[in-house]
Amino acid sequence: MLGKLGLDAFHHDIIVLGGVMTMLLASLGIIALLTYTKRWKWLYKNWLTSLDPKKIGVMYIIIGLVMLLRGVADTLLLRAQQATSVGDSTGILTSDHFQQIFSAHGTIMIFFVAMGLMFGLINLIVPLQIGARDVAFPFLNSISFWLFAAGMALVNLSLIVGEFSAAGWLAYPPLSGLQYSPGVGVDYWIWSLQIAGVGSLLSGINFFVTILKMRAPGMTLMKMPMFVWSVLCSMIMVIFAFPILTATLAMLSLDRTIGTHFFTSDFGGNPMMYINLIWAWGHPEVYILVLPAFGIFSEIVATFSRKRLFGYASMVWALGAISFLSFIVWLHHFFTMGAGADVNAFFGIMTGVIAIPTGVKIFNWLFTMFRGRIKFATPMLWFLGFVVIFTIGGLAGVLMSVPAIDFQVHNSLFLVAHFHMMIVGGVLFGYFAGITYWFPKIFGFALNERLGKYAFWSWIIGFTTAFTPLYILGLMGATRRLDHYDKSLGWQGLFAVAGVGVLIILLGIGFQILQFVVSIWQRNKNLDSTGDPWNGRTLEWSTVSPAPFYNFAVTPHVTDRDQFWADKQAKTTAAKPHYEDIGMPKNTGMGIVIAGFAFIFGFAVIWHIIWLIPLALFGIIASVIIRSTDDETEYTITAAELAKLDSAHKGQPA
Amino acid sequence: MNKKSKIVIFALLSIAALGATVFLLRDSNIAVLDPKGVIAQKERDLIVFTTLLGLLIVVPVFALTFGIAWKYRESNAKAKYTPDWDRNILAETIWWGIPTIIIVVLSVITWNSSHELDPFKHLASDVKPINVQVIALESRWLFIYPEQRIATVNYLQFPEKTPINFHVTADAAMNSFWIPQLGGQIYAMAGMSTQLHLMADEPGIFRGSSANLSGPQFSKMSFVAKSSSESDFRKWVNGVKQSPQQLDMNEYAKLIKSSTNNPVAYYAGGEHKLYDKVIGKYMGPEQEMQGMSMYEMDHHAN
Amino acid sequence: MNNSAKTVFGFWVYIMTDCVLFASLFATFAVLHNNTYGGESARELFSLPFVLAETLILLTSSFTCGLAMLAAHRGDKVKVINWFAVTFCLGIAFLSMEMIEFTKLVHEGNSWTRSGFLTSFFTLVGTHGLHIATGLLWTVVLLVQVMRRGLTPSTVKRLTLLSLFWHFLDIVWIFIFTIVYLMGATSV
Repeated sequence: MLGKLGLDAFHHDIIVLGGVMTMLLASLGIIALLTYTKRWKWLYKNWLTSLDPKKIGVMYIIIGLVMLLRGVADTLLLRAQQATSVGDSTGILTSDHFQQIFSAHGTIMIFFVAMGLMFGLINLIVPLQIGARDVAFPFLNSISFWLFAAGMALVNLSLIVGEFSAAGWLAYPPLSGLQYSPGVGVDYWIWSLQIAGVGSLLSGINFFVTILKMRAPGMTLMKMPMFVWSVLCSMIMVIFAFPILTATLAMLSLDRTIGTHFFTSDFGGNPMMYINLIWAWGHPEVYILVLPAFGIFSEIVATFSRKRLFGYASMVWALGAISFLSFIVWLHHFFTMGAGADVNAFFGIMTGVIAIPTGVKIFNWLFTMFRGRIKFATPMLWFLGFVVIFTIGGLAGVLMSVPAIDFQVHNSLFLVAHFHMMIVGGVLFGYFAGITYWFPKIFGFALNERLGKYAFWSWIIGFTTAFTPLYILGLMGATRRLDHYDKSLGWQGLFAVAGVGVLIILLGIGFQILQFVVSIWQRNKNLDSTGDPWNGRTLEWSTVSPAPFYNFAVTPHVTDRDQFWADKQAKTTAAKPHYEDIGMPKNTGMGIVIAGFAFIFGFAVIWHIIWLIPLALFGIIASVIIRSTDDETEYTITAAELAKLDSAHKGQPA
Repeated sequence: MNKKSKIVIFALLSIAALGATVFLLRDSNIAVLDPKGVIAQKERDLIVFTTLLGLLIVVPVFALTFGIAWKYRESNAKAKYTPDWDRNILAETIWWGIPTIIIVVLSVITWNSSHELDPFKHLASDVKPINVQVIALESRWLFIYPEQRIATVNYLQFPEKTPINFHVTADAAMNSFWIPQLGGQIYAMAGMSTQLHLMADEPGIFRGSSANLSGPQFSKMSFVAKSSSESDFRKWVNGVKQSPQQLDMNEYAKLIKSSTNNPVAYYAGGEHKLYDKVIGKYMGPEQEMQGMSMYEMDHHAN
Repeated sequence: MNNSAKTVFGFWVYIMTDCVLFASLFATFAVLHNNTYGGESARELFSLPFVLAETLILLTSSFTCGLAMLAAHRGDKVKVINWFAVTFCLGIAFLSMEMIEFTKLVHEGNSWTRSGFLTSFFTLVGTHGLHIATGLLWTVVLLVQVMRRGLTPSTVKRLTLLSLFWHFLDIVWIFIFTIVYLMGATSV
């Protein structure tokens, strides 16, 4: 009746139980708060069913930040284990539990933190920057978000019901095959990624079309803000890379459920093919994440240097080159497979070549600052931190692009230090900068600068403390994912230092939480009454803060790359606005319903609850059909109503 | 807190960090940077050279970053301010050009070193190489010496200054065979045979490890790799030959199983062509019966 | 921006992603197609005349789908319904033949669990079949809509998307026919 699901799925050791309790208590707390303040209806009507990309963006970011807490809590356990499990001591965790934690850490950080924050910022800012009212397919956007949320729910459910994968964040077979991983852990991994991944793919299509088809009149491609360019490149990569992930996960799942032989060692399967396929997605994925961060930095550096972005055309070409090259370097993740010198050398050289456009971008940012007037607000600090960490990490990356060097550091903590420097220093710092930068546009007040700076310094010191020792440990021969090692190796001190680094990062996160709380509490102090708190350059700053649901009362016309800056320089008195009727999408809960069925489908497949699978599938299909026959998905705001709304916003901001 | 005291605190912190690092490293061995074999030696040199090459870019970037950030700070009204200056062909050519030159140099290094240090390539030496077949099991490393007709578990011994030709496979999830002080790693995969060619320059005891997540026992799967003189090696082989245990299929079946206790073990003789049979297991019915030689399957072994 | 053009463009992009999905499956097939693990190979398993008949049926359905779209642009509701009905029947015929082939293979002990080759064969061809089944369901839904609401701009837009999808599946099939069946049957 319930497939493999039995009471033993709820049997946990004390540490997991702690996690479960924390999660349940937090959820209960939120439920109680919502009930007490009678906010359920408000939440449902204004947020959950909303098709406004700004609200969807905020929801993405909330999930991303909450998952960041989970991911960092995981690292605390990992480092605690590694600092204590030496010689005769076996530490605080069993091997299996330790392996589940680092698998969950990687999965959550990439798919639910980085992807969540990225799609959050894209939703918030891309329509505003291109002068559009909405995305191309608002309902599809809602489905994407809820599929992402469903995937996130599955990952976290694995903590309570059953177990998570212990096969690493990319679950290489044969280890992730049925023979070596008979439990449901790998299935949780597959289905949370599969569901969230489809959501990402749909988002990729959506924003690609949005950027190409919905720009304000006059905004040619070469007049787009650099963030929009970076998102366009990133979305093109999503379109080409994510179907590979979908196919690969499906194949792994078939191997585990109906006994196919894609990736088994025997019966003519080929595990190496999985490693090729997963990295054919996985390498572009890294660039999918980092390009928008590059875009954010481009906006921030120009704004806070009060100067036009240097080398715009170079920047665009660099983005294009990185996007293209990112598809022909995947083999550098497994030089040690023995593919032969010619193949290794080709992929090694291509990897080195990526450093060129990346270097060009850094020089262009530096020359944007050159002869500017630099204001060191928090976003700018994140940028400087990024340059330092990303450059060091990049140097390590260039080292590893040489196959013969990679043989010595592959799978070691050196590699771990390298990619954390790229993903935390590049991606996460970029998104933190973006959140700080655009916060006033979405909420109408800025974040507390002082606490932001404390957070930055804690992060940068903690991060350096946590990862510098890993370079050394890697060169000492410490492989990644070790849950135990001999005392005589002398690694314990460095692991302990790395653990202290995590604690300092945690302090930084504490400051960030405090920053949100204090900024909301004292919001009247940091109110953004002009809509342009940073002396911005692009269209999003030309509308009021918080940006109204229709973004712009009158569609802007674009003649300059930094349109809003140009307007401010020209000091043109705004002509009396000419309002027109606009169509906006109605709210709908159908996205939740479809993703809900997808969640049930995933759960049923994971636990082999056979009867539930067709039911869930039927639910998805029926919901899609019902929605597709609905022709009344929009409503109109008349010009008169719009005029009223607009003057209300302008006269009485926030 | 004023600027000066901030700088002092920062400097003190840095010195403390440096001191702590030195203290922590006082009696540990940075294996990759302390090579004991010709391959590891060349790989170490490559690491050092490439790092220096990279610093050619990194150092100017850091200097420019902090120099520019300081000079063009908002409060410095004396600095030049050109808000609309956004392109300069010469400057952009320079920073497309210089990284390109460095990467071209790096490409040459990459190409040459990939061929020179190809793990499948035999090492040039007057000494006759010794063959070792490596099988990664779920919680152990099995080493077969086909010419000596002995086998060991989690212990590897070989003569110094003698090329070792490793043939590597797995009868478990994928693993990676790595002895950092002798040279880089190679994957161990079921149904396939990869190769690694290493040589120790001097006698010594080195740590060998399992470098790829391969199951619950993965962290404990390290082994001892001992380099000794030729005569000590021969003595050792003769000693192992006295071992009462034989590595037949029954004994092998016991080794395959996952276990938390994996002592060193020695075997004298046993199943003929075990390595080939372990690979053949994954190749399909006909191959298994023929027990075909897997040496033929090793591609580009030259 | 014209709403309908935007949707059609978006659908093209979706088809692009589906192409990548199929490309992954084709690549997998290319890697695994010789791994028969001692079982029978493509040459021994497939009957070319049977698959040729399947192919012709699917090609014809693409043609009738095209005729239906011509009628849709003329606003000829009856012809639209008739031609899509014909397309639907041809699709059912194609899918049934595929099922017959699959059933026969499984009964002879050549299911997807037999070898890497058969695994990749069933998955590649089966994924195409699954797309066809989706297309058929979609056809039914749209036929009902056309009958009820007539040829409104929004139903015509949806028919356009469906026809794009159907032609796309036809092209994928041409690749399957060539790579899996023709090259399989003639390889030594």
